[in-house]
Amino acid sequence: MKPLMINICLAFVWAAMMGKMDFGNLFVGFVLGYIILLFQQEMVGESSYYKKVNQFLAFTVYFLKEMIVASVRVAHDTITWKTYARPGIIALPLDARSDFEITLLSVTISLTPGTLSLEVSEDRSTLYIHAMFVDDPDDLRREIKQGLERKLLELIR
Amino acid sequence: MTEIITAICLLIGSTLMLVAAVGLLRFPDLFTRMHAATKVGTVGIIFMVLSVAVYFGDIGVTVRAFLVIAFFFLTAPIAAQIIGRSAYMIGVPFWEKTVCDEFAAEGRRASKPASPAEQGTEDA
Repeated sequence: MKPLMINICLAFVWAAMMGKMDFGNLFVGFVLGYIILLFQQEMVGESSYYKKVNQFLAFTVYFLKEMIVASVRVAHDTITWKTYARPGIIALPLDARSDFEITLLSVTISLTPGTLSLEVSEDRSTLYIHAMFVDDPDDLRREIKQGLERKLLELIR
Repeated sequence: MTEIITAICLLIGSTLMLVAAVGLLRFPDLFTRMHAATKVGTVGIIFMVLSVAVYFGDIGVTVRAFLVIAFFFLTAPIAAQIIGRSAYMIGVPFWEKTVCDEFAAEGRRASKPASPAEQGTEDA
């Protein structure tokens, strides 16, 4: 993770040059530093940093989008008179293996409104999720597996 | 420009928190109420804290704002998971329109709540 260190240093250098250590300057410095590093790849040496940054951005955007969509859905269900909720508990077979992966996955699932992880089975192969909108259990399972879980595992493995 | 962003963030944050509070009253059983209270509320708080960070704009406040968001991301889901799990284990009743319960196969749910007074829902 050498490029990450260089990138952070570059951000501070930029902020120091601008004369004010505020969030905007550090952010601009980080982005500019990343662009510089992108052009200097062979100088810094091979690293998975660039791929990870892309995956991290993709995951963040995806996660925020999910969170906003799901929030709006739950909020809509709250303020309209009719209740559309079809709650249920589904079992999600896990590809995540280590404690770290399972913890991170269950936390992200819990953070998305409309899904709440309840428990991991004893043999760590299944995660039980309470969901608010279960129109079709298999559909929801596929959605979480191919969206959140696949993207998260790509990022941290 | 800063003021407009601050105002928008505050508005979104407080609206979401209001919705969370209404949801807490309106939803039919403990599990659906948890969805409203913990998640929508968390997003609301995040927008509030963001508006503070944008308004003050200096490094100290921004770092603390991001720490607040980070700690919310760490703690809120864990609290929600523990409450939901214990409620399930002691047998808090589901709403009658609940579609499926695939956790039942593990057979770890108490058949009856510990005592009627501890139930999370009224039969309304």
